[in-house]
Amino acid sequence: MTAGSNLEKILKSGHKAVTCECGPPRGADAEHFRHKASFLKGCGDAVNVTDNQTAVVRFCSLAASKILLEMGLEPVMQMVTRDMNRIGLQSNVLGAAALGIKNLLCLTGDHQSFGDHPQSKNVHDLDSIMLLHTVKTMRDEGKMVSGTEVQGRPQMFIGAAANPFADPQDFRVVRMGKKIAAGAQFIQTQCIYNMERFRHFMEMANDMGLTEKAYILAGITPLKSVGMANYMKKFVPGLDVPDSCIARLRGVPKDKQAAEGIKLAVEQIHECLEMKGIAGIHLMAIEWEERVPEILETAKLVPRPKVD
Amino acid sequence: MVIGESKPLAEILEMIKDFKKVVVAGCKGCVTVCNVGGEKEVAILATELRIARKASGNELEIKEYTCERQCDPEYIEPLDDLVTDADALVSIACSVGPQYVVARYPYLNVYPGINTTCIGGSQEHGVWKEFCQACGNCIIHHFGGLCPITRCAKQLLNGPCGGSSEGICEVGKGSIPCIWQLIYDRLKNLGHLHNLVEVKLYKDWSTSRDGGLRTMIREELKK
Repeated sequence: MTAGSNLEKILKSGHKAVTCECGPPRGADAEHFRHKASFLKGCGDAVNVTDNQTAVVRFCSLAASKILLEMGLEPVMQMVTRDMNRIGLQSNVLGAAALGIKNLLCLTGDHQSFGDHPQSKNVHDLDSIMLLHTVKTMRDEGKMVSGTEVQGRPQMFIGAAANPFADPQDFRVVRMGKKIAAGAQFIQTQCIYNMERFRHFMEMANDMGLTEKAYILAGITPLKSVGMANYMKKFVPGLDVPDSCIARLRGVPKDKQAAEGIKLAVEQIHECLEMKGIAGIHLMAIEWEERVPEILETAKLVPRPKVD
Repeated sequence: MVIGESKPLAEILEMIKDFKKVVVAGCKGCVTVCNVGGEKEVAILATELRIARKASGNELEIKEYTCERQCDPEYIEPLDDLVTDADALVSIACSVGPQYVVARYPYLNVYPGINTTCIGGSQEHGVWKEFCQACGNCIIHHFGGLCPITRCAKQLLNGPCGGSSEGICEVGKGSIPCIWQLIYDRLKNLGHLHNLVEVKLYKDWSTSRDGGLRTMIREELKK
């Protein structure tokens, strides 16, 4: 056990884990965040808190993670290397650990040209893989990037993201392997819609022994409508939404599309969980937190097991 | 070489709107090669400024000169005679040039007439592209001779990110190739893909502008 977080305990005990996601708002409205997060109580083993996702300014993941802790929810704090240099990043890792945050997801982050401040500078002093190495070194060796000794090591369960659907295809698993070598103990994947391609990705991961070294959680995002599916297909780079998914939503009346999207998501969850090497799912119900209990109930993934 | 692009005429006109006598100074170095600040462009800009000012009933007296190089003090000297009675100077050298002019003439108003965009090269006639960010510690040999610090939007040393699709970077609306796809392809061709498996750790940015203003001294060349 490295951090002793609930997520780590669940995964170590062999249960299929469930993580959810909750994005902080574009303002200081903590109540709004608490309200969204309240739907996730009892749903997942931990809740990801995004860090200015899609490069849009929101209240910071450190503060949002602390709010989740106060609510009795376990956060997976996300950190991107876009907005802070190694000084800021390490400082936040230490601060997060000091506040009792035990899961950390290390990302590079979306480019700022996609967000609400495209005129901003980006930092990229480190990339996600270097950040993984940084956190692991602080935790296991008590050393900062500079070699300076850490007074009080941050006990973190360290995670990373992987996108099985970007190019070059053959390199995606290798890059996930680099993340694991650098320190990632769990992986949350990009939203999966193309099952064939994901199956192929997982076969390669199994062959390379990566599923023995890290827990892989399959990323699932329920589609709310044909419009959303089309948007994801056309405008979100590195996402593969097969036409069959869109056709299926289109095949039902508009007011039934959301229900069909949830049905599809549940099927995807089961399909992923049956794949060798999948340790759980990461459910990203984007601005749809209130439907998470229903999805997980239908998937028979709640109530969550308790592990000590 | 240093690449630049002309500033809009209106912006330059606004800069010099209060002046009657202006020098337009070009440079025979990089900006001549990228067709933005050489002798020809000096003549064109001077003509455009004259016409525009005449049209607005506020005539402008312009002197034209193109330095051998504007990044060398001795080649700035020939401007001495031209600037004596000038109100301002517009330099269309890269931004090094006007700063050399400023250093020599403490009481002269100096304005940049071009935007210095990057260190790069020409691709075809009329097309230039960035290749180097002058980080001060070249590491391109680890990446098949291609620079991810300059050519990856996220400066990844462990790319490609999840935004690489069919060889195209997610940034730039489809116009920019993913340098990491090119690095991958090249290392594959060379049989060196194993280079990409190894985790690349921290870059020391102190040789870049992050370490403060860079000055290079070659003792053996100093007099």
